[in-house]
Amino acid sequence: MTHGRRTRVVLADVHPMTHDPDRTRVELAEQTQVGQALVRGLVRAQLALALRLSLVVAIGLGGLPLLFAVAPEISTARLAGIDLPWLLLGVAAFPFLVVVGWAYVRLAERNEQDFVAVVRRPER
Amino acid sequence: MGNPYVVPAIVVVTLVTVAIGFYGLKLARTTSDFLVASRSVSPTWNAAAIGGEYLSAASFLGVAGLILKYGVDVLWYPVGFAAGYLALLLFVAAPLRRSGAFTLPDFCQLRLGSRGLRKLATAFVVFIGWLYLVPQLQGAGLTLTTVTGQPYALGALLVGAVVTCNVALGGMRAITFVQAFQYWLKLTALLVPAIFLLLQWQADGRPAVAAPDGPVFHTATSVVIEHDATLTLADGSTVVVQTGQRLEFAAGEPVPEVSTVDETRGPDWLLPGDSDTGLFATYSLILATFLGTMGLPHVLVRFYTNPDGNAARRTTLVVLCLVGLFYLLPTLYGVLGRVYTPQLLMTGRTDAVVVLLPGAALGSGLTGQLLAALVAAGAFAAFLSSSSGLLTSVAGVISTDVIGRGSVRDFRLATVIAGVAPIVLSLTIESLDVSQVVGLAFAVAASTFCPLLVLGIWWRGLTARGAAAGVLTGGGAAGGAVLLTVLGPPLTGWPAALVSQPAAWTVPLAFAVMVVVSLASRSRVPADVGAVMLRLHAPESVLSGTTRR
Repeated sequence: MTHGRRTRVVLADVHPMTHDPDRTRVELAEQTQVGQALVRGLVRAQLALALRLSLVVAIGLGGLPLLFAVAPEISTARLAGIDLPWLLLGVAAFPFLVVVGWAYVRLAERNEQDFVAVVRRPER
Repeated sequence: MGNPYVVPAIVVVTLVTVAIGFYGLKLARTTSDFLVASRSVSPTWNAAAIGGEYLSAASFLGVAGLILKYGVDVLWYPVGFAAGYLALLLFVAAPLRRSGAFTLPDFCQLRLGSRGLRKLATAFVVFIGWLYLVPQLQGAGLTLTTVTGQPYALGALLVGAVVTCNVALGGMRAITFVQAFQYWLKLTALLVPAIFLLLQWQADGRPAVAAPDGPVFHTATSVVIEHDATLTLADGSTVVVQTGQRLEFAAGEPVPEVSTVDETRGPDWLLPGDSDTGLFATYSLILATFLGTMGLPHVLVRFYTNPDGNAARRTTLVVLCLVGLFYLLPTLYGVLGRVYTPQLLMTGRTDAVVVLLPGAALGSGLTGQLLAALVAAGAFAAFLSSSSGLLTSVAGVISTDVIGRGSVRDFRLATVIAGVAPIVLSLTIESLDVSQVVGLAFAVAASTFCPLLVLGIWWRGLTARGAAAGVLTGGGAAGGAVLLTVLGPPLTGWPAALVSQPAAWTVPLAFAVMVVVSLASRSRVPADVGAVMLRLHAPESVLSGTTRR
């Protein structure tokens, strides 16, 4: 793995496909090891963000069946005349998902803006 | 029955669908128009179209039917169907759009450069697509039988033929408009009657939805028995009944339990189950629906119509809102069905609850008839839009990977091939449960394309060999479970739980095999993985000034 990556950086200038615009674009951004490290950093940041928010959902929603099984008194509780499990799964789950999604879009775009800011600085 | 507005409503929906398809045909001039709507679809249109395409017979009819039968435990279906879009948003949406892949096979080729893996992915796209198309056509047949008394085959044939012609003639440009329209139609068709139903329930003095002694008939009802069975009456005595026998019940009489119909009663309906197998089935269902959405072929195709990665994210968020809004409604129908259409618990045809409820609750007056017609129109919109999307994606991969190189002529031929197979299948197997088959399609998608996409997008170490091994193992296990459920003998206890809800073991298995085999074939990591990662994750603005395919 490391071997392949190293050769590509060294040979970037004499790659036979340089006339291909896609290849050129890739090389533009990947000429330096710094560029590579930046991409890795972006991927890692975005993945960490996605995993953190999935953990929120895994606990917030995924914990419910277990909670109902372990503490049956919760599932018999009533709120506004409706049983709590029906209220949580039938109504509350949907706005919860939307809020998590909204947070993700904001934070993921912020990660990308940070990346763009760092990439642009040494060039211009 | 005898509602004079239902047939005109269905005809109008079908004609409008064809008319918008024809309007799209005039705009569709090139292959690119056909396949990806020239990438000029605005996020709002696109989000409504994705919602319209996604909310299928399973969502419109099946969810309410399951809730009527099984109660709180199946609320995980709508939650999971919506949460699937969150998983798609978190792990797939923007990178997939940036990859430039139009279909899953394209993604395999682009990320791992393997023709063999591409062929394997094509096979699974067709399998999942057909598995999902059959219940749509069955739902159409069932609805038409329920509301008009026409034969089952007519509804299945009608929807199959309309969709096949429409997709073959108009392509995706046309169905974007069709589906955006159909999302709003479906929402209206459930929302407006729901308001009247709630008012009626209020006016009736809020009859209990979960009476402690089990459901009772709200009005005098006659029930025709569909299979020989044993009835268990409220006092514990049993009666043997035969197929075709007509039973009369007075208002207020308890609904007997029928031995051939699997349903849940009393506190089990109202409260979450706490048995081991029940908990396993719930988590399995959660895994299948949360992770299966991203692997559905007709869902992925849509993302290519976004102009860039950020638009793909925002579109997905709007879809999540639209889909979440819709899923508030089927629960209401399932719960009120317990009060107004308990006879469905005796016939087992609970999928019909959405269509029958307005008439049953509001009576045969003008309001009841008009609302019943509206709901039937919405149901047809659901069949038409979901099958259009599925057919487009199945025909897309068949035209590019099986027949030829994806010309407009190839696409039309592929559409006919892709359309005929599920029509024939839906005519031969009538008795499958709509939502259950759809749930199995999710399990197969979650065990094949979910690990392929997630690892392909986020892990540099994935190899074509590892991906193929994972897809074959996960898809083989989940597909085998599907066949065993549909064709095999009835099972009980743990074997039944493991086979009827396989995702909890097949998804981790697929991930594990994919990772282990990739590590073992480490030397085969594609040389251009760094370039592909940059393309998948870097915002378009960084790469501007150069052409982007």
